[in-house]
Amino acid sequence: MLALAAMILGLVLSIYVYVAYNQNLPDAQARWADTLMFVEEYKWIPAVNIGYIVGVDGLSATLVLLTSIVGLGGVLISWSVEDRPREFFAFFMLLVAGVHGVFVAVDGFLLFFFYELAVLPMYVMIVIWGWKERREYAAMKLTLYLLIGSFISFIAFLYLYFNLPAAGVAQTFDLRVWSEANFPFAMQQVWFMPLFLGFAILAGLFPFHNWSPDGHVAAPTAVSMIHAGVLMKLGAYASMRVGIQILPEGTVYWMPFIILLTLINVLYGSFIAMRQRDMKYLIGYSSVSHMGLVSMGFATMTLVGFTGAGIQMVSHGVMTALFFSVVGMIYDRAHTRSMDDLSGMRKALPWLVVPFIIGGLVSMGMPGLSGFIAEFPIFMGVWQGSSLPATPSFLNLIPANYYQIVAILAILGVIITAAYILRAVNTVFFGDYDSEKWHDMRPILPIDKFTLVMFCTILIAIGVVPSIIGPIIQSGMTPVIHRIQEATQTMTVLDSVQIVATNLLSWLGGA
Amino acid sequence: MSSTLTLDWILAILPEISLVVLLAAVLVYDRGLKPANRRNVGLLSAWGAFAILLLTLGLWVFLGVPNIQQALSVDSLLWGGMIRNDLITLVFRVMFLAALMITSLITIDVKRLQRGEFFALLITATIGFSLMAASADLIMLYIALETASISSYVLAGFMTEDDKSAEAGMKYFVYGAMATGVMLYGMSLLHGLFSSIGIPSTNFYQMGSVLSNAGAIPPEANGVILLAAALIIFGFGFKISAVPFHFWTPDVYNGSPTSFTAFVSTASKAAGFAVFLRVFTAGTFGAPGQESLWWALLISMCVITMTLGNFAAIYQNDIKRLLAYSSIAQAGYALIGLVAFTPDGSAATMFYLLMYVFTNMAAFGVIILIHNVSGSNDLRDLYGLNRRSPYLALVMLFALLSLGGIPPTAGFIGKFFVFKAAVDAGYWWLALLGILNAFVALYYYLSIVKYMYLYRSDDEDVPIPISRAAQIGLGISVFFIIFLGIYAGPAYDWTREAANAFFTLVVG
Repeated sequence: MLALAAMILGLVLSIYVYVAYNQNLPDAQARWADTLMFVEEYKWIPAVNIGYIVGVDGLSATLVLLTSIVGLGGVLISWSVEDRPREFFAFFMLLVAGVHGVFVAVDGFLLFFFYELAVLPMYVMIVIWGWKERREYAAMKLTLYLLIGSFISFIAFLYLYFNLPAAGVAQTFDLRVWSEANFPFAMQQVWFMPLFLGFAILAGLFPFHNWSPDGHVAAPTAVSMIHAGVLMKLGAYASMRVGIQILPEGTVYWMPFIILLTLINVLYGSFIAMRQRDMKYLIGYSSVSHMGLVSMGFATMTLVGFTGAGIQMVSHGVMTALFFSVVGMIYDRAHTRSMDDLSGMRKALPWLVVPFIIGGLVSMGMPGLSGFIAEFPIFMGVWQGSSLPATPSFLNLIPANYYQIVAILAILGVIITAAYILRAVNTVFFGDYDSEKWHDMRPILPIDKFTLVMFCTILIAIGVVPSIIGPIIQSGMTPVIHRIQEATQTMTVLDSVQIVATNLLSWLGGA
Repeated sequence: MSSTLTLDWILAILPEISLVVLLAAVLVYDRGLKPANRRNVGLLSAWGAFAILLLTLGLWVFLGVPNIQQALSVDSLLWGGMIRNDLITLVFRVMFLAALMITSLITIDVKRLQRGEFFALLITATIGFSLMAASADLIMLYIALETASISSYVLAGFMTEDDKSAEAGMKYFVYGAMATGVMLYGMSLLHGLFSSIGIPSTNFYQMGSVLSNAGAIPPEANGVILLAAALIIFGFGFKISAVPFHFWTPDVYNGSPTSFTAFVSTASKAAGFAVFLRVFTAGTFGAPGQESLWWALLISMCVITMTLGNFAAIYQNDIKRLLAYSSIAQAGYALIGLVAFTPDGSAATMFYLLMYVFTNMAAFGVIILIHNVSGSNDLRDLYGLNRRSPYLALVMLFALLSLGGIPPTAGFIGKFFVFKAAVDAGYWWLALLGILNAFVALYYYLSIVKYMYLYRSDDEDVPIPISRAAQIGLGISVFFIIFLGIYAGPAYDWTREAANAFFTLVVG
């Protein structure tokens, strides 16, 4: 009850922040530091310039709201936890607090602090309340993957911290200062990968996605919801905030390569999801595939793509939360998640059919639902990305050559999504109903119904009225795009100078 | 270095003098106790330690002893250059006294250890540690180290009726005597070398300033200096149980009374680091830094220590042995800060030790309480701890998180400072190794969490009584684990100030 009260309070406050931000959208040309609102700043460890600085921009305000919604849903879904409920909700609150913390942190150290704080309760919750067969393995795997990732980023972060003076700004952990820093290109080239990848592990980027389905499956329902719904966004968010925003030239150098990884993510994730029999694994792999789209949005390096990625974060967050709550309800009642055993659930649990189908349509990107609003800009961004100027890049990949192909293949990935989702709907909810086998099905509680309706409403609302979310996310992404554009310009200039120089040399040599 | 006895001299060692008084009080008080009131002796020792802790801090806050201005100059060398009373001494004194106090608190209700001698020896060892941290002279250092060591040997073998304890005491003694002997040989080499050039000094700072003059020592003598450094590293490495001088650690930790294990793994280790910091940073073997040969010894020792400690810990099924190997690994992390040889690095090491005292005390405190009920130290005794005593499980959880370096505990900040210092000094690969090691460590720390919260055991109904004294002891530890984790600023500033003052005199 206390947990519920806390979550509702959190939700109300987040809505306030969101609405307040939405009403004062910053100027499109503003620097990131000026787009922040609700900033609070205290000294924490002054000796090394670590501050307690929090504030939100357009993207983080949205994600904070998302966290509150999913957190509230998680508390409602876990209403009937019987094994040590006090500890359960205490750890759950800690988890949500950590996630909130990452989204609002404006100080690099604080961001890492909250990040670690969010990973720890995951371990405890999976190990204690998780699925008995896999929980120890999955929990350990998840924790080690995530912590290794974050510390790899951390090393890169520390290295850059000590080289801040070389980039022309004061030595501090304040990300507002970082976001103005211009590191030498050679440094960005080397350190972008560790910085970005460390967090991208949490976003499930191929080939580091392996921990995620196991973690989803082993976690209790509420934790799966937070995990897939919010925690993976944490990775995407942090890799953008710390990786892309700080090292734009590194971004431009590496992204043409990373988009290939994300393409693998999208396709490979869908194909694996296709052959899963366990519903949670199915959704787990579909999350990998969808988070691939988020990373792909970042890899487009265009405003449209970034905005799409931001909306996809929210849309996917609500959608997987919905999926996991449906699967959790089925599992609570049928004690199995295998699609071989389940059939005809529409008779026993009619309330679950429509939400699951809505979730499915969202994940296929059906127009009128939030998935379309999210995926369409991403694909559009990829296509637009093919007109990016040629810049020095890893393996000398030139976006113009293959971004269109990437876009086509990724759109084809949606077809696979449709296939596995529809198949799941078909086998689980339709088909023969064995009333002997399922005679002791408990009905769905009102509280569960409320959760499902809440999620569905959000998905439909975003789909029908995209303007409630589009501008605010766009305002959060604009400063980042500015950084990238500046970087592209300097790099292109460099490049053309080099070309002129080589031409000159060859001409001289020829003469 | 004035040679007349002044008030400064007395104030500088007032904490140690008070400890001697407390020692006498404990011994006398113990004689008059009825068997029913045996626990009062522990109580006296805990209150005494607390009073002396307050006294030490009071001296600093109100009388300015040690004085930050004075610490910058040679005026801080007192008692004929034997003792240096500066902020580093203060930081370490606080660690030792806190360790003594918490050890006393968690030992009060351990039946077999309710003897005046036990507490008296703990206090003697504390005096030794305290003087080790303050010493400015090889002779002083040696005497202090022996005071501490000999008390420790007896403490390790304190439970005479228990074969394992006797074995631990013997092992500790043989190994310790050997290490001290080797160290003494190194010291005599060094002294001989300095005598041969006409400066028969044993004061580190004098030796350091002699060595800093190029040409003061003929280049042929560099080999002797290196040999002396290696031999002295043997002695100090034994104290901090660094690999390859760690072989005694698991056996002694395992066999000794757990209260002593807690004490030796925190206070004794911290004292070892204190002398490392004093002697090597003072330039006794030449200016510290990458160009000196013994620096390579230290850095390889650091890498091997953390790696071996962590990997060996994975395979332990006795909780005390596991924590023994973990403490070896922790020594490796703390060494990272030290080998950076920058003020920030030393400050990080001191902060690390400070938080480590509280963390390990909490972990061992829990083990003592479980041991009181179960009588063994098997990891299996921790199964289902959460159901038997949620309070203990929570304390253990925080201790393990802090050892593993996960926020919001002090361990995270401690590791952060150490790694940051390493990256700052240009050893980012060392920080990377440290971080990779931290993950290996996380595996076995989290396994313990799993045992406590997940596994069931047969004696789930057997409650674990926690006495009020132990509650206070554990409460203090957990409070500081979290406090230093969330509000590390002041403590870090304090250690930084200490390190800065030290380096200003030594290097500048």
